Amino acid sequence: MTDRYDALIIGAGHNGLVCAAYLAKGGQKVLVLERSEQVGGAAITREFAPGFKVSACAHILHMLQPKIVRELKLKTHGLNLNGPPIETISLAADGNKLTICRYNIEGAEVSDTDKVAYTRFIKRMERHARALAPQLLKTPLRLANAGFGNVIKLAGMGWDIRFGLGKKRMRDFLRIIGMNIHDLLDEVFESEALKGALALDAVLGTAMEPRMPGTVVTYLYRLAGGLKSIPTLPMGGMGSVTVALADAATSFGAEIRTAALVETVLLEGGCAVGVVFAGGEEVRAPTIISNADPKTTFLKLVGARNLEAGLAHRISNLRTSGRAAKLHMALNSLPDFTGLEQDALGNRLVIAPSRKYLEHAFNHSKYGEFSAAPAMEITIPSLADPSLAPAGKHVLSAIVQYAPYDLKGGWDAQKDTFVERVVDVISAYAPDFRDKITTVECLTPVDIEREFGMTGGHWHHGELAIDQMFMMRPTYGTAQYRTPIDGLYLCGAGAHPGGFVMGAAGHNAAQAIIAGDK
Amino acid sequence: MRAQYDKEHFRKHSLPTPFYPRMAELSQDSSWHCWKGYLSADYFENVELEYFAIRNACSVMDLSPMSKYRIRGQDAEAFFDRMVTRDMSKLKPGRVGYSVWCNDQGKVVDDGTIFRFGEHDYRLCAYERQYEWLMISSAGFDVDITDETEGVAALSVQGPTSFAVLSKMGLSGIETLKPFGIVHFPYHGGKLMVSRTGFTGDLGYELWVGGSKALTLWDELFEAGKHYGIRAIGTHALDIARIEAGFIQAGDDFTPANHTIRKDHDRSPFELGLGWLVHLDKPNFTGRRALIREKEKGSRYRLVKLDIDGNKPAHASYIFHGRKKVAGVVTSAVWSPTCKQNIAFASLEVAIDDPLNDLWAEIYYQRELQWNRVWQRCRVHDEPFWSPPRRRATPPGLF
Repeated sequence: MTDRYDALIIGAGHNGLVCAAYLAKGGQKVLVLERSEQVGGAAITREFAPGFKVSACAHILHMLQPKIVRELKLKTHGLNLNGPPIETISLAADGNKLTICRYNIEGAEVSDTDKVAYTRFIKRMERHARALAPQLLKTPLRLANAGFGNVIKLAGMGWDIRFGLGKKRMRDFLRIIGMNIHDLLDEVFESEALKGALALDAVLGTAMEPRMPGTVVTYLYRLAGGLKSIPTLPMGGMGSVTVALADAATSFGAEIRTAALVETVLLEGGCAVGVVFAGGEEVRAPTIISNADPKTTFLKLVGARNLEAGLAHRISNLRTSGRAAKLHMALNSLPDFTGLEQDALGNRLVIAPSRKYLEHAFNHSKYGEFSAAPAMEITIPSLADPSLAPAGKHVLSAIVQYAPYDLKGGWDAQKDTFVERVVDVISAYAPDFRDKITTVECLTPVDIEREFGMTGGHWHHGELAIDQMFMMRPTYGTAQYRTPIDGLYLCGAGAHPGGFVMGAAGHNAAQAIIAGDK
Repeated sequence: MRAQYDKEHFRKHSLPTPFYPRMAELSQDSSWHCWKGYLSADYFENVELEYFAIRNACSVMDLSPMSKYRIRGQDAEAFFDRMVTRDMSKLKPGRVGYSVWCNDQGKVVDDGTIFRFGEHDYRLCAYERQYEWLMISSAGFDVDITDETEGVAALSVQGPTSFAVLSKMGLSGIETLKPFGIVHFPYHGGKLMVSRTGFTGDLGYELWVGGSKALTLWDELFEAGKHYGIRAIGTHALDIARIEAGFIQAGDDFTPANHTIRKDHDRSPFELGLGWLVHLDKPNFTGRRALIREKEKGSRYRLVKLDIDGNKPAHASYIFHGRKKVAGVVTSAVWSPTCKQNIAFASLEVAIDDPLNDLWAEIYYQRELQWNRVWQRCRVHDEPFWSPPRRRATPPGLF
């Protein structure tokens, strides 16, 4: 087959589509290959019970980069970000809920001191996050063999931290950056409920608990990604984002082929020259871009034996074991959460009553067990978007931690017990909850791996911790989207700046590829 | 394959090898050092006598501490081909190949010999321990890796009369064994493997046997060799011979890349004069990309053999260009008793203009605690200092 395409993108997840759209916009002939029937990767909306639809993985849109929305004109391609803005409500069994807005908090149990401290804390953290934020939409710098461009980048990063923050704040930034969120929160707040809820933000989607060093970084990272966005439940679920992206990409001329499972990246003389499908068919192009996670890309599609030993070793050592499960429940009517009005149910509800609660939940996962009392992030997206459930009925979507990928004894035998556990926990906050459930779908990390092809079922394609961030993501030697295999690039969550529905990795990869072409 | 040894072994710093009982009897001064965890003799009686056994008669050295790994499996050839710089498809069963292997940065991890026993059966012998690197390199390959260092005892039998000694021992058919060939013999209910390999640049063999047969082998060998000038040698004598033969030694002439901490302290194969071992036309091997880059951009160092005036070995001397500018440093140096030359290896910086002319060694030496310094002119020597025709003759002569 002749080179009909300039670039092939493996995986039509949101980053693959962002990358495709930018490359196509830049005049390249792009073909996106998706193994499923539907585009979107894990960012899809799908039916899990007749008439009930839900976002399959991430359910809150809080980090999609406005630059990407603007440049790819996603709103004209059908992206609806007009859902009501959501706040975080930390549930309490006694009904004394805590409402956490961007700059202020409300709650019967919270002291005035904490209320003032919260506003100051968030402003302080956001200033720090602003020093990190410019890095998200840039190719990470190279430390080894750094050329002039990298020295400029390093200087720029130093400038952002030193002069963006100023002397006093830089000192604070450098002091807290290696800390754990548990200790930082102790310095600032009195209320344990508040500390628990904030600590959840630092560990959600990770294999960490609040006392682990590096949890301040994850907290700041989350803030940095969301500085310019208002958290929302996208109309039509997360799938609406990728449908709009696919529409944008095709409008720029990209082609998308679904039900196209790529089995191998074709190598000739050590260079990537095409892909081979499960059926044996080949497609060739000078640039191959993988939106698959780094382990899948390097160890399966390329094969460890086609890499040099050091890189293969570093890739196989990446921490990619997911510890978050996703639960979807079809409800015949809204449950009654103690102390919560019906109209508050459309918010982000979290179960993280204290930091100890999170630690206990995490402890089980260290020993290959799921949490006895898991922490959760819950949404009921059908409130804002009734099209997701039959009239009068509702959908509940929950991210549940911790549910380790490598569960002792395996998930098959224990999934039902786990679901029971989750229902029990929610029932403590909504006593009539059990009676409302008609169907349950539980996606453990093993299911997520099987269904979406993410190694370890980790939806960041690898732990987003400081040793696997920036120029270390996924690992040095392949952190600038270009891999050591000529012609092969990464554009997925396994590359900087990681997961979330941010689109930044796809954007940065496309910029790196375009810049490299010049 | 684990040999039986004293369970209290951990109380001692170094383990005895299977030949230790015989070697301990011969060792006049109990002069030993630790070679990767095993006791290895510096010398037994006299370094000069031992050296001349290598060049004029038959020397026997205990090779048992050499790190030995068995690599078996469907992918063994592909595994080696990806790990080492040489094209391993050219190494046929029954043959031995020398190679280096690199890290991703194209810097030498170690050098060693690869024995191909069968289609899917190999042994790797290296000076350094390599188990971790082998395991790292094995991801994605169907191979089984076993450390045989402990179970396999080995003797290096080198020198002009080595063939006569082995013939006398009754190893019939050994006359047809070519350099880098392997032959197996039944041996007292076990097996004896003989390879025509060595580290002396002379006629010589290496004998490999299970640990339980080690002392029998030693005794039979010395019995057969008693009229052929057979002599046990230590590493000091070998060191002279290997420099004459132009063989580099890990830890002396380069620091294995996995041990270097500081930038630029490692060496690529090109920088060690081993470019002939690098087959860049292979589609993939560890270090390939970096070595291609090095080939394009140039190397930082070059290793040269030097013939130095005078008779004072240039141990650790600086090499100067025009007696002014430092050009590099001597990595190994010795007075060659056979060649009657003052020889050395030196690692020179490539950036020096015209580095191969007007080279001088600044040699320090001591007399009755008094340090003296001499300047000696150095000439680059392209060929090994010692490489007699008998090294390759098949059948070898009965000297």
